[in-house]
Amino acid sequence: MLNQVQDKSILIASASPHIRDTDSIPRIMWAVVLSLVPAGIASIFTFGYYCLYVILLSIVSAIFTEALILGVRKISVISTLKDGSAVVTGILLAYTLPPGVSWYIPVIGSFFAIVIVKHAFGGLGNNIWNPALAARAFLQTAYPAALNSDWRVLQHGIGNLFHNITEIDPEGNMVDAVTRATPLAKEAGAEAYHFTQLLIGSVPGCIGETSTIALLLGGAYLIYKRYINWYVPAYYIATVFIMVLILPPQTKTPWANNPFYHILAGGLILGAFFMATDMVTSPLTKSGLIIFAVGTGVLTVLIRFYSGYPEGVCYSLLLMNTATPLIDRFTKPRLYGARIKKA
Amino acid sequence: MITLVKSKLKTFIGGIHPGEDGKLLTKDRKEALAPLPKIVYLLMSQHIGAPCKPIVKKGDYVTKGQLVGESQGFISANVHASISGKVTDIVPWPHPVTGVKSPSVIIERTDEDSWTEGTNVETDIDLISSDEIKQRIQSAGVVGLGGATFPTHVKLTLPKDRPIDTVVMNGAECEPYLTCDYRLMLDRSREIIQGLKLIMKCIGCKKAHIGIEANKEDIYTLFKDILSNEPDIKVDLMEVKYPQGAEHQLIKALLNREFKPTQLPLEVGAIVINVGTAFVVYEAVKFKRPLIQRIVTVTGNGVENPQNFLVRLGTPIKHLLEEARVVSNIDKIIFGGPMMGIAQGNLDTAVTIKGTGGILAFKGTQQWNSHACIRCGRCIDSCPYGLNPSILSIQSEAKEFNLALENNVMECKECGCCTYICPAKRPIVHLIKFAKAEIAKQKAQKATPAERK
Repeated sequence: MLNQVQDKSILIASASPHIRDTDSIPRIMWAVVLSLVPAGIASIFTFGYYCLYVILLSIVSAIFTEALILGVRKISVISTLKDGSAVVTGILLAYTLPPGVSWYIPVIGSFFAIVIVKHAFGGLGNNIWNPALAARAFLQTAYPAALNSDWRVLQHGIGNLFHNITEIDPEGNMVDAVTRATPLAKEAGAEAYHFTQLLIGSVPGCIGETSTIALLLGGAYLIYKRYINWYVPAYYIATVFIMVLILPPQTKTPWANNPFYHILAGGLILGAFFMATDMVTSPLTKSGLIIFAVGTGVLTVLIRFYSGYPEGVCYSLLLMNTATPLIDRFTKPRLYGARIKKA
Repeated sequence: MITLVKSKLKTFIGGIHPGEDGKLLTKDRKEALAPLPKIVYLLMSQHIGAPCKPIVKKGDYVTKGQLVGESQGFISANVHASISGKVTDIVPWPHPVTGVKSPSVIIERTDEDSWTEGTNVETDIDLISSDEIKQRIQSAGVVGLGGATFPTHVKLTLPKDRPIDTVVMNGAECEPYLTCDYRLMLDRSREIIQGLKLIMKCIGCKKAHIGIEANKEDIYTLFKDILSNEPDIKVDLMEVKYPQGAEHQLIKALLNREFKPTQLPLEVGAIVINVGTAFVVYEAVKFKRPLIQRIVTVTGNGVENPQNFLVRLGTPIKHLLEEARVVSNIDKIIFGGPMMGIAQGNLDTAVTIKGTGGILAFKGTQQWNSHACIRCGRCIDSCPYGLNPSILSIQSEAKEFNLALENNVMECKECGCCTYICPAKRPIVHLIKFAKAEIAKQKAQKATPAERK
């Protein structure tokens, strides 16, 4: 019996350890996809079916682009596509876009995210910036008109379940894009929304960012599965809270000085749970991650308060992504036993 | 939240939970005497240190327990005949773990199986001197049976400037699948305690601390019972976590002392001995029995009858696998546990040595494709030695060995936690071993011929 084994010389002589954990990149990525589903459903309720179209278009173009570039790079297409990372990028990109965005925006965005941000740097694991966020920043610069004029919400969507949605586009006329883009808009006349509205998500905003409850549900699932840390979102959100509290009030809009409002309105929850926790583009160690989270929080509020943009989550995260190698350098793990004194 | 419940158990920071299903295969298998092999291959290098010198010739007849390999140099341990029979040859034979060839005495068994003269005699050890204890341990060829196989008498020869206040006994058996220590502790608990006391007496140490993993609560109760009148020997339950039984983690859990990965427990006033070693110390001192056999767990999904065998040293593992009814479609044979054991490429030459605690046979072994690091940081969280396995593996891949050296690659103990936990399935330990070997090679090349010796 054993001679047979020997003859075929089929014994695998690989290095230890010989057992592995069941978690893998595909498992993590598909869990992230699952955790993003509630926010997607909420967006359909709020803004209508066109959102679903944008999300699917974004995912399909991400997958298509990924397959294309994998083919060009001569990497196994099917097995890499199965890891789900392109789907995550597609969803996240769609979630940062306005609900009524033109069809070519998610297509171009996905292409940029996959080709330029991800594969030009070596593919999953080697990218410096979060692909979805970097693509969003690119679109903001390259297609400002397309991104700023499409905030009108589709009136015929099931979004009308929440009557307040009409506030966004009361007359069906073109309204000032920026004031309607996000509840954080600074111009006078922008209205404050009730906290219940902000929790449910029946407020204007990007596709996936408005429903705090849906996002928290997904975030809690990922924390429970230990795919993300609780402390990155916690430190990020806490920093935003403290910054809003201590900085001089923004006079024109009194509600804009309410720290809770800054947490619930805009893209903070989406960014804190799904983008700041991106493993590839954040530091390695716990101390590094806390520096990263606090830094992002500070930058977010500074951009929201003192720049021309109403929203600061995207750019603050991209800036901290850039600082990640530097943070890693200063937060190396401490060698075990190294602190003992010499006798 | 889960950690709150476990907070009473002693442990260390980092590590992994590989699951305990593997141990269930053999946990209830009392040690079985493996039928004696026809031929044994006694490696002259079954320990860390200088190989022994064979003192028998081809054609000699030897009896069980007779000295066949004499230790050479300070760090070395005697090798004795594990069966009675005729020396058929002395040839270089590969070590199943290191692959390095050392002379091996091949003995063909005759029917007789009685101990050689002067061994297997019961002695009175109540008034034995510490020098006599050490002398008997040395002549019996006792080495650390936890796997490191460091000669025990050398370990017990303490430098004068390093006082030892505690003997730590390792009853963790944290490697999945292995149950040889568990069975020994269950069936030979009193002998193990006697052995521990002999070691304490030998080095003049008053205190001892035994660590048991929480999955062996029966052993804990048993030891507590035996030691109810011994306040100086403490027994503690530790969290079930790998590598709880490694020296650094054991001492951290029980004594809360830390020392660098490359340092010895001596640094913090402790020595660590395995329960298996304590048992053979007792056998060596009380009965003058040389170390010629040990318990080996033969298990895995590739054997139909997993067992804890009492095995004579030098037994070909083929013999044991056949006893355990190995299936024909096995694709991996591991010497030791699944975390740190060595996969064997050649079944014909693999023989048991003093450090063999387990032989695992697997079928349908999963192969993993490695992916670029996704920087999840799990390896860093799991590394019990405070290293950055992720960056070390990347630097090794890029052949940036000097950078790896700066990141303490030489401090790695290759416990395997990082590789186990890695979702990108990177062969981190493999890459670290490669970097360490390359660095050692470069160092040897740099050294001038005079330094090289």
